[in-house]
Amino acid sequence: MPSTRAAAAEPHETAERSAVRALLRLWPYVRPVRARLFTAAFIAVVASCTGLVFPLVLKWMVDGPVADRDPAGVWLGALYLLLLGFAEALLFGLRRWLVARPLSSVEAGMRADLYGHLQRLPVAFHDRWSSGQLLSRGTTDLMLLRQFLAFPLTFLFVNGVTILVGVIIMLLQDWTLGLVILGPAVPVIITCAVFEKRYAHASRRAQDQVGDLTTVVEESVLGIRIVKGFGRHRSQARAFRELAQTLRGTELRKAGLLATIWGVIVTLPEVAIGAALVLGTIQVADGSLSTGTLVAFLSTALALRWPIDSIGFLLAMTQEAATATDRYFEAMDAEPEVATSAGRRPATATAVGNRSAGRNGWAQPAAPGAAKTSAQDSGLRFENVQFRYPDADKTTPPVLKNITLHIRPGESMALVGATGSGKTTLTALVPRLHELTAGRITLDGEDITTIPREELRAKVAVAFEEPTLFSASIADNVLMGAETTAGAADLNRALAVAQADFAHALPDGTDTRVGEQGLTLSGGQRQRLALARAVVGKPRFLVLDDPLSALDVHTEAAVEAALRDVLAETTALIVAHRPSTVLLADRVALLSGGRITAVGTHHELLRTNAEYAYLMSGTGEAEDDR
Amino acid sequence: MTAPTTSAPTADDEPDLPRPKDAGDPFDRDVLPAPPGATAALLRSLLAPMKGRVSVTTLLLLLQQAAVQAGPLLVAYAIDHAVPAFRDHDHGPLIAVAVAYLLCALVSGGLQSAFIVASARVNQEVLLDLRGRIFRHAQALSIDFHERYTSGRLISRSTTDVESLRELLNEGLQELITVILSFVYISAMLLWLDLGLGAVAVASFVPLYLLVRVYQRRAVRVYRTRSTAIAAVIVKFVETMNGIRPVRAFRREAANDAEFRVLNRRHERANGDALLEMARYVVGSRLVANTAVAGIVLWGAYRVASGSLELGVLAGAVLYLRRLYDPIDRLGMFLNAYQSAAASLEKIAGLLAQTPSVPEPSAPGELPPLKSEHPGREVVFDAVAFGYRTGGEVLPRFDLTVPAGQTVAVVGSTGAGKSTLAKLLARFYDPSQGRVLLDGVDLRELSVAELRRGVVMVTQEAFLFSGTVAENIAIGRPDASRAEIERAAKAIGAHEFISALPDGYDTDVRKRGGRISAGQRQLVAFARALLADPAVLILDEATSSLDVPGERAVQRAMSTVLEGRTAIVIAHRLSTVEIADRVLVMEHGGIVEDGSPAELIAGTGRFADLHRAWRDSLA
Repeated sequence: MPSTRAAAAEPHETAERSAVRALLRLWPYVRPVRARLFTAAFIAVVASCTGLVFPLVLKWMVDGPVADRDPAGVWLGALYLLLLGFAEALLFGLRRWLVARPLSSVEAGMRADLYGHLQRLPVAFHDRWSSGQLLSRGTTDLMLLRQFLAFPLTFLFVNGVTILVGVIIMLLQDWTLGLVILGPAVPVIITCAVFEKRYAHASRRAQDQVGDLTTVVEESVLGIRIVKGFGRHRSQARAFRELAQTLRGTELRKAGLLATIWGVIVTLPEVAIGAALVLGTIQVADGSLSTGTLVAFLSTALALRWPIDSIGFLLAMTQEAATATDRYFEAMDAEPEVATSAGRRPATATAVGNRSAGRNGWAQPAAPGAAKTSAQDSGLRFENVQFRYPDADKTTPPVLKNITLHIRPGESMALVGATGSGKTTLTALVPRLHELTAGRITLDGEDITTIPREELRAKVAVAFEEPTLFSASIADNVLMGAETTAGAADLNRALAVAQADFAHALPDGTDTRVGEQGLTLSGGQRQRLALARAVVGKPRFLVLDDPLSALDVHTEAAVEAALRDVLAETTALIVAHRPSTVLLADRVALLSGGRITAVGTHHELLRTNAEYAYLMSGTGEAEDDR
Repeated sequence: MTAPTTSAPTADDEPDLPRPKDAGDPFDRDVLPAPPGATAALLRSLLAPMKGRVSVTTLLLLLQQAAVQAGPLLVAYAIDHAVPAFRDHDHGPLIAVAVAYLLCALVSGGLQSAFIVASARVNQEVLLDLRGRIFRHAQALSIDFHERYTSGRLISRSTTDVESLRELLNEGLQELITVILSFVYISAMLLWLDLGLGAVAVASFVPLYLLVRVYQRRAVRVYRTRSTAIAAVIVKFVETMNGIRPVRAFRREAANDAEFRVLNRRHERANGDALLEMARYVVGSRLVANTAVAGIVLWGAYRVASGSLELGVLAGAVLYLRRLYDPIDRLGMFLNAYQSAAASLEKIAGLLAQTPSVPEPSAPGELPPLKSEHPGREVVFDAVAFGYRTGGEVLPRFDLTVPAGQTVAVVGSTGAGKSTLAKLLARFYDPSQGRVLLDGVDLRELSVAELRRGVVMVTQEAFLFSGTVAENIAIGRPDASRAEIERAAKAIGAHEFISALPDGYDTDVRKRGGRISAGQRQLVAFARALLADPAVLILDEATSSLDVPGERAVQRAMSTVLEGRTAIVIAHRLSTVEIADRVLVMEHGGIVEDGSPAELIAGTGRFADLHRAWRDSLA
């Protein structure tokens, strides 16, 4: 059972970066709500300081009306306390009310950005990153960030101010006692600094491990038929358990670190308060300090306990938020598909120019090109196309090399090759799901790198080998291949071509929901719907990747008959494994070892090309050639 | 192609089942029924094995709180006793105060540390348990469950929902215990210091309790909505990332953004509602608390002024009071964490309450020893009928016997029930009536391990798990040696392409250069099945992405490596039929033709038609 899980594919060295620098990157998202956030922080400071006034009122009561036995003064004091209490309650409520909606919207905004960004990242990125790792960034990490903005961010500031004000109040009341209270500050700060670094490491590791765990869960769900088919759910559960145990180890390490800092943060200030109590008692006994002042002083010191205690977990949460931010931006920093650049054009043109000189007018602008377009340049043309996956080692041979192929307008070209020869990769280049390493592809003479992606993908319709349907109605799934103006007529025509009329017989007809959250369709049914999606927009260019693999013979024959009409008007590239599919096409290109080694009609190639004959019939003779 | 993930991973060839999908379907609304009290029972059962540790942890906190709460008492003692004693040159009480305070500080700090470590142990143990339970249960549930419950939801159960329990355990439970303990301690202290003042403080608990009740009731709703909302977000997220190619090719980005925005907005709103609910609670509880403080101070000060109460007692009482109400915010946080965890636990409990429709036997039987030297076994469908639990009969009652070692090709149009037949034999489903027997033993009586020694199925979708190619093949038999893995790969014709990968068999299928095409993935799936070495092999459209030579290699392997095994082959390519001993033609859930290929081809039935059509298609 695969147990070595691919961790987050990206390097982790960045964990060394300081928490503050990481968190500063959140600013653009926080900016829109800054007014409310700052107001809330200010209000929290006021509310928190209101709490510090309580002891002062107490002191006034103890030393004044109580000592003077003045009942009226006692009433007044109580009234002050009541008013302060109301003020404090309302201010704290106000703070929460102010940030509730904005913080949710920050979280939502970041999530929407991540989602939008991930959708636009190159397919190669998604090949490397498991969706579990991406998902944990979009959920758990963002929740941590929201909590950070709601709490630690505000309260690190608020508690800092509260501590400062409290200390000043204490110093003003009795500076010697105040200094005693301040004593532990230095050791506490040092502990915090040491702790921060270690905790950062542990928390990054924990979060990555959560991502890995998510990946295992996801794969075990998506691959459930294999797990069950081989009775492997126990070993799968064991693999899961191992990872979960590793995570537990990391979490326990985090707890150990937290325990240390809490121990220090709780003990030292408490010792200081004890010392102040003893000293204060002596001073009261000497008569150099009033009882009221001592009460007030100790009340203040105790009121500061929470702000001081909390620093430990506030720092921990901050640290986790910093790691979450790093993880979030790891995905956000990945470059989206480069926008169509005019800058590429001349470079490519020169590179190609040497070999196919005189053929194209791209080196010179407009006029000469336009003149020559028609016969030579129209259709789908591959010129010296070379491709190597961007993450592949530069020393490895490219997947595709020197692919030169011209599919004339209205012509259908079948692409045949052994399993793993790069057929699917080649088809992915046309709608620019991957970028060429060298060479160029033109549609009706226009280099695809100069066509905006949206437009390019509208021109080229694709049916993938894996017919993915989305959680939407059948109609929506099919019509996503067409202009927004397409209607029921287009839908029905496409369904008819793909022999997907079964859709009409479903419970809600073409409004039946399919995909993740809908009706479960068979592989053949999904394939036919994917085909309908590809043809519904009557695209100029059609790329079909083994479109009929899951169909039975009768259905296949019916689809082929209907497709012929569609293909008559379309320039198409069809990946084919079977003679029946090949026969849909006018000509066949044989892909072998990353090159096009032969082009011709099915019958020509069958006669003249041994490898082709072998691929199509699978019978003996040709095997010797391989 | 590359990404080893498929969405809606079903490769069944099922008829267009009119499965009821009305709005009331619990699957649609993501609320699976759980028996009443299941949530509490789940929490109890998670904590039960931890009883000892939980008690120790609680004890630590108990002692720690005792140490913490002793502070004001010492202050009161210092003011009322140590001060006068010191004036009389009796340093004893003051030294006692000093020592006691130091002790309290050290003890509270030390115990705090110990508590954090101890509670983390408990929490992590509970989480490990829960994660494991969800995972194992999800794995144990039958295929028909997985076909209805989406992968996104399952993922959300084991991630965000577990996460909210983690929060409850990490912060919430500690808060709760601290809150309860300090309420009890402080009330006791106050009552001890002065009965009247203490009574007032205790009386203030009544409105606080009511407040908590109201909050709790409202929060349940909010958090339930929120948990459903985030699950919807996750489903959309996962679906998009797993279907990134069609998303790109059909320019769905903008439309997806819009749909995602709606779901995300819904979650944002629920989230905001939850935070606002909390804000209301905080205001209410603070108001009650601060009013009580003012009232008690008023009464206490009045009594000191009139001479019926000592000053030190008032000072101590006031210090305690401030602490008494401090934790109400934290009580709110606990309720918060609790609500959110309860909503999640409810969903988890609903998932765990699902019983596998294909349960493992409690007393598993064993397959009889092989009757001949051949590894194949006899398969009998004995008066079997099948329909989904949700209604609709798919396979009407039928009988079928496949002798050991026979290779049977099953053909028929889409929706004829071929895959259902295969799934019954693989025990992905159990028949509604009748029995499926393997060498005379009902499949329902076999343990999973025994069943999979008996029957293995290879389907059209060839999912690869992250890990190396070798590991993916080894799923067939985890204890297989590298040589055995390579032998399986060679037999199926996969060795060539695997060796050409950057790290050969050790190539990580997700790492650089590890891109594996659909056809190659099917070959890996075959190698897996070969390695599993089952008595009965089922191939369900397993060669659909292979080219002709690939298919030939598989057939060769079947006639050599799988020689003597029983095989059921479902394929629409009739080339497969050439190696079959027998052909079944299915139509509308029934077997309409049954005979040797030669017989059927020579006849005038459907198979003869199909065969002719296929011959023609070869051109």
